[in-house]
Amino acid sequence: MQESQNALYSEDSNFKRYFKQLKFSLRDPVLMVSVISVTIIVALFIVIPLFSILRESVEESGKFTLQSYFAIFRSSYDLEIIWNTIKLGIVVASLGTAVAFLFAYATTYLKIPNKKFFKVLSILPMISPPFVISLAAILLFGRSGLITYKLFGVRNDIYGFWGLALTQVLSFFPIGYLMLTNLLQNIDPSVEEAAQALGSNQSRVFRTVTIPLMLPGLANAALLIFIQSLADFGNAIVIGGNFTTMAVQIYQQGIGSYDMQGATALAVVLLMISVLAFYLQNSVIGKKSYITVTGKASKQRVLNANKKVTIPVYVVCMAISVTVVSMYLLVPYGAFVRLWGVDFSFTTRWITYVFTIGMRYIKDTTVLAAMATPISAIMGIVAAYLIVRKEFPGKKALEWSILMAIALPGTVLGLGYVLTYNTPPLILTGTGFILVVALVIRSMPIGTRSAIAALKQIDPSIEEAASICGAGSHKVFLSVTIPLIRPVFFSGLVYSFIRGMTLVSTIIFLVSARWQMLTVAIMNQVDQGLYGAANAYCLVLIAIVGGVMLLMSLFVRTLGINLNEGY
Amino acid sequence: MVENSAKKVELVNLSKTFITSTRGKVHAVQNVNLTINPGEFVTLLGPSGCGKTTLLRMIAGFEMPSDGHIMIDDDDVISKTPDKRDLGMVFQNYALFPHLNVFNNIAYGLKIQKLTKEEMEKRVLDGLKIVQMDDFAERVPAQMSGGQQQRVALVRALVLHPGVLLFDEPLSNLDAKLRLHMRDEIRRIQKEIGITSIYVTHDQSEAMAMSDKIVILKDGIVQQVGNPQEIYQHPANEFVANFIGKANILEGKIVAKEKEKVTIDIDKAEYVVKTKTRWNVGDSVKIVVRPEAIEIGKEDMTGTVVKTIYMGVSQDYWINFQGKELEVSDYNPSAKQIFAEGGPISFGFKEKSLHILEPEA
Repeated sequence: MQESQNALYSEDSNFKRYFKQLKFSLRDPVLMVSVISVTIIVALFIVIPLFSILRESVEESGKFTLQSYFAIFRSSYDLEIIWNTIKLGIVVASLGTAVAFLFAYATTYLKIPNKKFFKVLSILPMISPPFVISLAAILLFGRSGLITYKLFGVRNDIYGFWGLALTQVLSFFPIGYLMLTNLLQNIDPSVEEAAQALGSNQSRVFRTVTIPLMLPGLANAALLIFIQSLADFGNAIVIGGNFTTMAVQIYQQGIGSYDMQGATALAVVLLMISVLAFYLQNSVIGKKSYITVTGKASKQRVLNANKKVTIPVYVVCMAISVTVVSMYLLVPYGAFVRLWGVDFSFTTRWITYVFTIGMRYIKDTTVLAAMATPISAIMGIVAAYLIVRKEFPGKKALEWSILMAIALPGTVLGLGYVLTYNTPPLILTGTGFILVVALVIRSMPIGTRSAIAALKQIDPSIEEAASICGAGSHKVFLSVTIPLIRPVFFSGLVYSFIRGMTLVSTIIFLVSARWQMLTVAIMNQVDQGLYGAANAYCLVLIAIVGGVMLLMSLFVRTLGINLNEGY
Repeated sequence: MVENSAKKVELVNLSKTFITSTRGKVHAVQNVNLTINPGEFVTLLGPSGCGKTTLLRMIAGFEMPSDGHIMIDDDDVISKTPDKRDLGMVFQNYALFPHLNVFNNIAYGLKIQKLTKEEMEKRVLDGLKIVQMDDFAERVPAQMSGGQQQRVALVRALVLHPGVLLFDEPLSNLDAKLRLHMRDEIRRIQKEIGITSIYVTHDQSEAMAMSDKIVILKDGIVQQVGNPQEIYQHPANEFVANFIGKANILEGKIVAKEKEKVTIDIDKAEYVVKTKTRWNVGDSVKIVVRPEAIEIGKEDMTGTVVKTIYMGVSQDYWINFQGKELEVSDYNPSAKQIFAEGGPISFGFKEKSLHILEPEA
């Protein structure tokens, strides 16, 4: 009898099983609504735009063709741009990882002073608009540069490969730094002590234990920086000069020359490189990690105080830090200088300009970013909650779409929006709505990823206990899940706002006469050589972001929340 | 403290099949039929992976059955979410809300029920009294030991006056001494309130000590349902016999039968044993002989002592008998002769303690 019963339910067709799962998942109306809305948003603003790009690139008057791809691989110009992008990515990834490792190693392993300064400083480029550094690089090393021209009298051409590589390294190494610090902190000191006990000296331990343990992490950081470099639009357009990268070319071809087929084909190629790197980072290397990221190592590490190591490392870190700091100081300075390189006398005209003519840029940007922030932070956590805790059909696809959006270059997404929402049935370009959408989609996936990591650390039975106590899923989410991962929630809010204020790549496709964004204004000023106005805009932007971060941290502190807490 | 609101639980043809990437289709629970009466304490017992936790989680509403029905007081709850099933649950990892203090942990469900403040305070404090933790209302979970946390979790489940209380291996994270204490306490409170309880464990002594009824599961299939005595004395099959206590399985032959009684021949010694099965003369049967059902010194048969250990309350022997190793516990050994390893030993069986296994289906 047992056998016949077996046969009965193992013969359930896949469809029936799917339907049953669907019915079970959707017995909870709140869950159903959230699954459906997240799915719709992801479909409308990630999947469909990408599909539009793909379709546009292979369609010629209603017929399938690979013409545009052949064109790319036949054109030496296009090939050069692809090669430029990859070459830049590799150089920036290698240098950036090296700098990141140096900082991470110095702050976790070495006995050196000013650690706090290094830490704060290495976070700075993450919260500033992407072209503060390139702008500063131009002001320092450009044709009228403070160092090159004023000091050495050289009319240096900073525009091009090395200028761009320099700014990208300085802009992106912090991401690698954060990641590697985390990994280094999680190496159990006893592993290294064991190597020492077995007779290794410090340099041997470093070569044979620390570095091999870090290898997957280093590769991971390098890929992360590589992806950032590929997608970087702001620096590339400001300081790239004649050295064109794919992200810039997609914009120029699509919006400048309105060659949509060429632009979309290039976008598909860029997307594929990017997704491949992302896949490598997450699947191949991610799984190789030797270090568990659950919880910190239990023992305190004995810091290395060997002067032969600490002094050179300290000097290098200090040199890089001083460079970055001076770059950031140039922005406020440049905002009050009449004409950079020619007339360094004090003026408030740029500030006045920004607060009169530029006021609407400031207002529009702040309003849109403020709207996108809570939506993005909440949606990020809701999506993570659904992915980690709930079972519903199509979950894998949803998770994959959201995480892939992390690797999605902003220009590709912007191009997708132009293609999809410029024409009926849904015309959204030019509206504030699509701008908010762009800001949300650009920051939500990161929030989702960190919330997924946070949720995985929390025993699901805590939420189950709440549900058994009579709480519906929305009540569980609000009264248990959010409080348990509130540090992630608040960092998500801060991150979304910063991202909203500083995003360039996607929104440059979407700004209109009705809605203007600060970053685009800065870019236009730099383009016209009006560095004073550009600096003044940057200053205002940094002030707003800094002010909001300060308010948020005060708010969080009055609530008595420690952002580093964990249960 | 609690008015009796105990409910009945019925599982009807309940099945759960997982599809895994590594092992393909896994039948976690297969066609389980079970009735749990109001106020009963029922234990789901089995080795890890036997489906007991899956079964409990289906009753709770966390897992979807592939087939079958779950009736709580004749109401099919399959389509209800966990919060609508009128249940309480105590988890293995306590699952207290780490961001709330003890009072608010216990009051969590009461707030949802929109009780008045006075009623809520009364219930929480009364609940804490039951587990002798009156002074802990302000503590947060991180400031308490595992045992204290589990007691709070128990109170959190009890104050809601649920129709059914579920336990998912609640004691397995506690140390041995505390485990014994807590199991008595849980049973005491359960009896006092008379609440229907379903308790999952892999610890047979826990099941024996607490249950009105034990359900033994293996590979998702119910092996036997019965009270502790039935399960121990009349195991349904070899698995149950070996899982609950120690068992020697011997072979014998039916040589005569009467109404509800048969005479069996085990190695030329004859015993009369009660059985409900209709056996025929000449049938081969398997007989469960517990270690304490073997009487040393009885002259029914002889074997060789392979190993012997003095345990204080008993002298344990491993006897080589017909190529098998028999495990024997001879109680009160100080009054008796002790047989040396390697030497001969004679023994026999206590007739009333023999149990014939039912033929395998």
